[in-house]
Amino acid sequence: MAAVSLTVNGKSVTADIDPRTLLVQFLRENLRLTGTHVGCDTSQCGACVVHLNGEAVKACTVLAVQADASVVTTIEGLSQGGELHPMQAAFREHHGLQCGYCTPGMIMAAVDMVNRKGGALDEQTIRAELEGNLCRCTGYHNIVKAVAAGAEAMTQEPVREAAE
Amino acid sequence: MNATGIGAPVRRKEDQRFVTGQGRYVDDFNRPGQAYAYFLRSPHAHANILSIDTRAAKEMPGVVDILTGEDLAADKIGGLICGWMIHSKDGTPMKAGPHPALAQGKVRYVGDHVAVVIAETLAQAKDAAEAIAVDYEVLTAVVETATATQAKTAVHDVAPDNTVFNWHLGDKAATDAAFARAKHVTTIDLVNNRLVPNPMEPRAALGEYDVGTDNYTLYTTSQNPHVARLVLSAFIGVAPEHKLRVIAPDVGGGFGSKIFIYAEETVCVWAAKRVKRPVKWTSDRTEAFLADAHGRDHVTHAELAMDEGGKIIGLRVHTIANLGAYLSTFSSSVPTYLYAPLLSGQYDIPAIYCEVDGVYTNTAPVDAYRGAGRPEATFVVERIVEKAARELGQDPAKFRKRNYITQFPHTTPVIMTYDTGDYHASMDKALEEADYRNFGKRKRESARNGKLRGIGFSSYIEACGIAPSQAVGSLGAGVGLWESAEVRVNPTGSVEVLTGSHSHGQGHETTFAQLVSDRLGVPIDNVSIVHGDTDKVQFGMGTYGSRSGAVGMSAIAKAIDKVIAKGKKVAAHVLEAAESDIEFKDGKFTVAGTDKSLDFASTALQAYIAHKFSGQELEPGLKEGAFYDPTNFTFPAGVHICEVEIDPDTGVTKIDRWTAVDDFGVIINPMIVEGQVHGGIAQGVGQALLEGTVYDKSGQLVTASYNDYCMPRAIDLPSFQVGMTVTPCPSNPLGIKGCGEAGAIAAPAAVINAITDALGHEDITMPATPQNVWRAAQKNATKLAAE
Repeated sequence: MAAVSLTVNGKSVTADIDPRTLLVQFLRENLRLTGTHVGCDTSQCGACVVHLNGEAVKACTVLAVQADASVVTTIEGLSQGGELHPMQAAFREHHGLQCGYCTPGMIMAAVDMVNRKGGALDEQTIRAELEGNLCRCTGYHNIVKAVAAGAEAMTQEPVREAAE
Repeated sequence: MNATGIGAPVRRKEDQRFVTGQGRYVDDFNRPGQAYAYFLRSPHAHANILSIDTRAAKEMPGVVDILTGEDLAADKIGGLICGWMIHSKDGTPMKAGPHPALAQGKVRYVGDHVAVVIAETLAQAKDAAEAIAVDYEVLTAVVETATATQAKTAVHDVAPDNTVFNWHLGDKAATDAAFARAKHVTTIDLVNNRLVPNPMEPRAALGEYDVGTDNYTLYTTSQNPHVARLVLSAFIGVAPEHKLRVIAPDVGGGFGSKIFIYAEETVCVWAAKRVKRPVKWTSDRTEAFLADAHGRDHVTHAELAMDEGGKIIGLRVHTIANLGAYLSTFSSSVPTYLYAPLLSGQYDIPAIYCEVDGVYTNTAPVDAYRGAGRPEATFVVERIVEKAARELGQDPAKFRKRNYITQFPHTTPVIMTYDTGDYHASMDKALEEADYRNFGKRKRESARNGKLRGIGFSSYIEACGIAPSQAVGSLGAGVGLWESAEVRVNPTGSVEVLTGSHSHGQGHETTFAQLVSDRLGVPIDNVSIVHGDTDKVQFGMGTYGSRSGAVGMSAIAKAIDKVIAKGKKVAAHVLEAAESDIEFKDGKFTVAGTDKSLDFASTALQAYIAHKFSGQELEPGLKEGAFYDPTNFTFPAGVHICEVEIDPDTGVTKIDRWTAVDDFGVIINPMIVEGQVHGGIAQGVGQALLEGTVYDKSGQLVTASYNDYCMPRAIDLPSFQVGMTVTPCPSNPLGIKGCGEAGAIAAPAAVINAITDALGHEDITMPATPQNVWRAAQKNATKLAAE
């Protein structure tokens, strides 16, 4: 067993785990944060994207022990004070989801995209940047619209960026 | 229009939980004392099992039990079933081989279920599975669709030449006569490539058994939990129907692949009782590739006969349909009754004859995948019609319009009666929105840049709203395809709708609530939609075949009518008026011609307080149920136009424009309908450009991960221009036709017609990957050089 200690969604967490435990398994099974999903076994689908020290990672490709002493944000930790994060609100407003399974990873990847590239994202940039996230329901049309709108809303809210 | 009523683009109620990570999918459930199942799967496509030695594996850490097909047989658990009987031309029933949930003596595809290991953790179960020793006698694998009947090996003893059925539909003599007098005949050979459905949520099953009550619970990724319960109890026999609760909570996409009753859920329910602990299985993606039912896989030869004026007079089709190693739940209906009846397309074709040979191979079972038979039919019709127009030197839009059906109802030679439609209206609107008149300019501009531009049409039709029970019964379906609903009005006036439909991305919690809000005048937030639990909803047929609007909502509408009728009785007593004088409008019961009224919530309260009427004359309460059985299929139809630009140096096909004009009848929520169209198109484009399922000669699936099977990504697709025309469906009370499958049905032919238009020849197969397109483009270059 291996000891890990990290901060998840603002809370300190300590656990003794099997060293082969993936971060996504740790989040889902140990912490019961089931909003982070598993859609493949080859790090392609992006349903498991979370933020590790402020950057998007695929939680299926990180061992939980690698996240020791780190800060992790999952979809459950994105909204603040009961209000949807602007990217979450944009996905709802623009019908950027259907079955909802890829959605947490999409939203976490989209927030990271804005953090890296700013709020003025054109369609081609968004489509290219979503390379690591698969959706089988929406044909991406409304996801692209949602990300563009969410990006704009995020950059109009400096408070939100600080919280991230 | 009511802001939350029919026709309003209401934002989805379910999204709050999905965008915050609070959705609850099967794998999110854990039960106290839960153990984990891992399936040992066959590494061979075809082999006899000589022995299975589990002794060493059973001693591994954490192992609770290891079960095989022998244990299933000892417990008298039946095999998986196919629920639709198809008869061959000679009247003999289809050849259904045995389909045990765990192999009994033989494995028939890579991924077939050999044994299940149940352990304290998934990792322990996987470790133990590696210690099971299976002695296989490897047999020759039957892999290819086209040559399966000539193989020297039989997948099943009951079908020595691997033929499941030789089925046909239509009038052969009349069709032969049409070809005899034809002035022009166009022929085409097509392969409809095998696809893996790939909903983003892999399948999962969690079985539980309560010793005290003898009750079973199954949490499962199902599109139709009641059908799962019926099959598991009445046919497979793992638990009595009244003792089995099936829960399909949030389900992450289905596209058909979660209709079927698979080995894994059967085993989890059965094993839960054997080991007296909840047993959970969650598929990984590789397992999903190996063992989810696949889609399509047809090899077709088709011929189209035309008279001297370019009027289509006959269509002859021969298809070999690969059904895989076993007959999955609805597999036999897909290449037969969901396929051939659509071969008339939108066209007035007086004579059609279709033969279908269903074949076994040592590959994963093939069953319904988004569109199910109808994309295959549309691909045949729209490819051959396009080719015919080109051969005749006619504009493909004009050629289609020349042959469109214009009078309704229209009975085709392949048993369908189209109730309504306006195909010219869809085409005219699509041509306008696609800026067809300036296509030549764009093509020349592309040519100047060294690119090949092409345009492709797909004028599709589908039969949805599945289905009139009597009709499908006469065609071999084991059960009618009606839907049920119950509308419960609470004393506070809030409403719960229990539906047999199942939402796995379609947004029923919103659209069904819109119907209630519209009809009863109740705020949409006061309406809950309950689905996916056999303990709550009495029965239902589930969601597939674009049926939840046309059939599921019609059942709700029928129950609402009964609620209003009962409400009138209650209001009459309270308002001291004759029942015949009570009108219901805008959420109020009013005495006609007076200002005396009772709002809906007050009426509901009065129904439960029951002070104003005696129980002898009127029962207290306000709750009504209905079963709705449709009178006909519905016939959504439309035109999709795809414009591509090909780089002949790289073979990369870029979709530059996509125009869709669909007629779905009455629309409840245009935002959701457009989303359904987008998703369908993406799957159709995936089939046309990217997705190819490849088995090698020994039957190994070489495309069993996202590294090898190319799923459409955002960068592969354009934004779509989606428009509508509306002819209300006369066959159901809401006028709905259905929208869930249209894009996937229309898209492949539109893409391939565009690519062949750009290339100037027909020699391209799906998926039209850059490699395939580059090769096809080189053929052009060679041809040009030779000229």
